[in-house]
Amino acid sequence: MKHPITYMTEHLKNLTVGHGFWSFQLDTIGISWALGALIVATGWWVGRRLDEDHPAGLQNGLEAVVEFVDDQIQGIFAVKDPLIGPLALTVFVWVFLMNMMDELPVDLLPTVAGWFGIRHFRSTPTADPYTTLGMALCVFLLTLAYNVRHKGLLAYLKGYLVHPFGPYLFPFNILMSVVEELAKPLSLGLRLFGNMFAGELVFLLIALLPWWFAWIPGTAWGIFHLLIITLQAFIFMILTIMYLAMAAAEEGGAH
Amino acid sequence: MTISVTLIVQMVGFALLIFFVNRVLWGPLTAMMARRQKRIADGLAAAEEGRRALDRAHEQEEEILKLARERAAEILDHAERRARGLVDEARERAQQEGEQMIALLRAEAATERTRMREALRHDVARLALLGAERVVQREVDARLHEDLLQQVMEQL
Repeated sequence: MKHPITYMTEHLKNLTVGHGFWSFQLDTIGISWALGALIVATGWWVGRRLDEDHPAGLQNGLEAVVEFVDDQIQGIFAVKDPLIGPLALTVFVWVFLMNMMDELPVDLLPTVAGWFGIRHFRSTPTADPYTTLGMALCVFLLTLAYNVRHKGLLAYLKGYLVHPFGPYLFPFNILMSVVEELAKPLSLGLRLFGNMFAGELVFLLIALLPWWFAWIPGTAWGIFHLLIITLQAFIFMILTIMYLAMAAAEEGGAH
Repeated sequence: MTISVTLIVQMVGFALLIFFVNRVLWGPLTAMMARRQKRIADGLAAAEEGRRALDRAHEQEEEILKLARERAAEILDHAERRARGLVDEARERAQQEGEQMIALLRAEAATERTRMREALRHDVARLALLGAERVVQREVDARLHEDLLQQVMEQL
């Protein structure tokens, strides 16, 4: 058996091709894109045979998810917006599925990859900050766009000057506002990453236990982690909706 | 951690996925659910409208029935009155006709009586004349005969 530290560090390395800026983490990209394709394929499959009068099977489930997401939006979003629905649904379903990869036995995919001569493989795309921060960055760019669209560029920039301490302390205001704005996407991405990374870490630690015992804490943590998985997907979605709702608010709520 | 192309790939993937989710999942599903919601609302509204129409029809039915009953009573009344009138009229006419008939017959009888009296008078006069001729044993000449006959008849 390998040394525990070696085992851990080997498992926390991505399947990377290229160097520096041009490094592709193929495991993260591959699994997240495959799950995205799975969502699209499922949607296409169900969408092709939508039955208005006798919904059955998968259509029921998807309708329930769509209705759930729509309820959240109705509660938070004041204005009607064509993008927020699909955005929130994508966030919820995609993040949930990527998080679910954490529930696979921690050695399963790396072992399979090992048969093909791949030395490093991480199966949870959301335990990779590139995924979570990439999504958070997209949301951040969208909030900028919404702010400019709904408030106007000048009014939005003026918010940086007068908030939170009034117009006479504007240098301080700019600093505070910028930090506040940047903290949003950073905390959004890092929260999800941290939770999933910690979950993966705990699974790795459990995997180091003797095999005849490991299944007890493994099962317990697996069940508990299901809660975290769902909760984090939900939180990511709710925060996305809230940030965009604040950005789309006509006045006041820029921060 | 440095910014790498993986970050950009994931951002592009996210954007693409939003687009496709909207295209195949969110769009069709919400459109269908909205359609269904509208259909249910329409159905309920139609049911409500139908119930109101039924109520209206009931009211109308009662009104029509009432009207029909009134009209039937009116017609019956009218018919009764008319029948009574007809009977009266017929009786009156029959009476009139009978009286007319009686008057006619009476007149006829009177004429007959006068005629018979006239004939009788004529016969008697002629007989008397004939008797007189027998008595005087000669023919009274035609001219005289006629005058005599007239005189006798007037005396009778």
